[in-house]
Amino acid sequence: MNGLTLRNIFFDEKIRSILIQAFVVGLIGAGIYALVQTTSYNLDKRGIDTGFEFLKNPAGYDISLTLIPYASTDTHLQAYFVGLINTLLIAVTGCFVATIIGFTIGIIRLSSNWLFRNFAYAYVEATRNVPILLHIIFWYTVLLELPRIKEADNFLKFFFLSNRGVYSPAPILQDGMGIVFLTIIFSIIFAIIFNIWAKKKQENTGVQLPVFLINSGVIIFLPIIVFVALGMPLLWDHPVLKGFNFKGGMVIRPEFVAMLLGLGIYTGSYIAEVVRSGIISVSKGQREAASALGLKKNIVMKLIIVPQALRVIIPPLTNQYLNLTKNSSLGIAIGYADLVHGFGGISLNVTGQAIEIMAMVMATYLTISLTISLFMNLYNKSVQFKGNS
Amino acid sequence: MKYIKSLMVALTVVLFTSASFADTLNDVKARGMLKCGSNTGLVGFAAPDDAGVWRGVDVDVCRAVAAAVFGDAEAMEVVPTTSKARFTILQSGEIDMLARNTTWTFSRDVDLGLEFVGVNYYDGQGFLVPTSLGVTSAKELDGASICIQVGTTTELNLADYFRMNKMEYESIPVETNDEADAAFLAGRCDVYTTDQSGLYAQRSTYPNPDDWVVLPEIISKEPLGPSVRHGDSKWADVVRWSLNTMIIAEEMGITSANVDSFLSSDNPGILRLLGKEGAYGAMLGVNNDFGYQIIKQVGNYGESFERNIGLSTPMAIARGVNAMWTEGGLIYAPPFR
Repeated sequence: MNGLTLRNIFFDEKIRSILIQAFVVGLIGAGIYALVQTTSYNLDKRGIDTGFEFLKNPAGYDISLTLIPYASTDTHLQAYFVGLINTLLIAVTGCFVATIIGFTIGIIRLSSNWLFRNFAYAYVEATRNVPILLHIIFWYTVLLELPRIKEADNFLKFFFLSNRGVYSPAPILQDGMGIVFLTIIFSIIFAIIFNIWAKKKQENTGVQLPVFLINSGVIIFLPIIVFVALGMPLLWDHPVLKGFNFKGGMVIRPEFVAMLLGLGIYTGSYIAEVVRSGIISVSKGQREAASALGLKKNIVMKLIIVPQALRVIIPPLTNQYLNLTKNSSLGIAIGYADLVHGFGGISLNVTGQAIEIMAMVMATYLTISLTISLFMNLYNKSVQFKGNS
Repeated sequence: MKYIKSLMVALTVVLFTSASFADTLNDVKARGMLKCGSNTGLVGFAAPDDAGVWRGVDVDVCRAVAAAVFGDAEAMEVVPTTSKARFTILQSGEIDMLARNTTWTFSRDVDLGLEFVGVNYYDGQGFLVPTSLGVTSAKELDGASICIQVGTTTELNLADYFRMNKMEYESIPVETNDEADAAFLAGRCDVYTTDQSGLYAQRSTYPNPDDWVVLPEIISKEPLGPSVRHGDSKWADVVRWSLNTMIIAEEMGITSANVDSFLSSDNPGILRLLGKEGAYGAMLGVNNDFGYQIIKQVGNYGESFERNIGLSTPMAIARGVNAMWTEGGLIYAPPFR
């Protein structure tokens, strides 16, 4: 150490690396600053208003698929929430369908039956090698080939199938339905407590109770008994063909079904591979040891294989959920009224606030994705090996 | 550090200069070619023909501007734009002007940084339905499923119209004409709505056009016209008077076929238009014979209309409100003097 001359500072490895890093960060910062400045300067110059004031203005357009109240007189902000909920709807149902397909196919892929195994193999290869957009458009085109509305197929007495969707009776809740719902919640709480109690009992005494049978019995039959005892407080609103369309009842639109099938089948094939790799990763000895102890095949799967496979499955599964959620924005191709379509498309055109709206939409997708990651990471932690390894 | 600083300055300068469009006319002249934003394909307004050449009344406005600036109507390139991206593409300077069946509205004119220079087609939103439905008026459409192209004023008009008439509908949003065709022909929707000109264009491509009828109601004013970026009046003037020249030519009975015979006319108004008298071209910053070139190469407004969407074409649109003001229509241009 011979004094802090400028030369020494520059050649000190630590200080130099800090300097270089600070410089890089500064450069990036300056770049972002220049970008923002240029954009706002040019927007200003061209007389385009900026800011989020437009969110309070009436949207002026209609959306057919709305799970929350919405009319064309509501604000752009409300239109944003309608789109957000529609995006969440397809993301959640899509992940659900993809998971079921994925786990089923993934397990079949390892079946000892030649036909099953190769069927699953063909399914995986055929679907995941076709772009997702084509899947969605394919299913939409297929659904459009269903009967026209005037020739809608009547099935199961109360249901109608046409290329405008599946029409079904809609429940109208009467007084007393609240009690039925309370009963359902109560049954579920009971089932959870009973489950814990039975486990403890098994640990202490070795006695196994038919937990699944009792719990499903309680959850299914208790609400039904209450429902009947209260005199069935439920009416049905049946769809009737009137004029151009069915009036009354509920409808599941083809745009939604096409999205669900497209996303579910496509992502399902990826999840199948994830599941397969997870199961294979559990060493053969585990299965053999469990069999040697005399455990039944399904118990081996449930208690030995799956818990260990999950450790491998969860991280790539999270990726697939994220992909599915982001791919749901492709709904724009077939007119599914999601966030990108309504708020990111129509509102953008009505207001012309492209930068603000796109920033909001992007921030929303980012938030959804990070939330999924967060929960999946928590779940991942809970299935990892515990103890001091 | 010195270099970095000058690099940053250079970077900023590049960013700023590439984003400033003070003088579009000069930029266009320097490039030697006009970049004109138009439709991705709307028969009669802007669509490539069998030979791949863009045709249509909107394209003719582009050609007129090219004829005015360069004396050559073909010195231009059509840039196809979607309804969603068109304004951004214009604002970013990727195109010099937009002639793409675009409705002139307050907010687009004032808030979006556009400047509309005129109207080349008076349109209005209408409804196309299958003849078999037996519908004769838009007032009978309560409960119908309606296919609608997204990203346009169409959606707002539709919402207003149905609210006003206390009717309900299911909106089926589609992104392009082709998707609209697919959904409409499959019966996903009962009605297709867009500007009437678009409905005629759509219908002309169907296998059996008589199976479809355009309802009489027009539920909105849709004055379609070319636009340029706000804040460049010099360029706006060039585009405005290119269009006006076509209109005035029709008013005076000058066509691409007979324009040469007018060069020795006794009418001073005609001589001004053709650049034989006065220095109107110089005022505009283009050649003095720009009027002659437009008429000679592109034709007058009526010629363009008949050639692209008139009764002799599959579109079969009557002049109607798009007739000359002298014949009871709305097509009118200020005097050329």
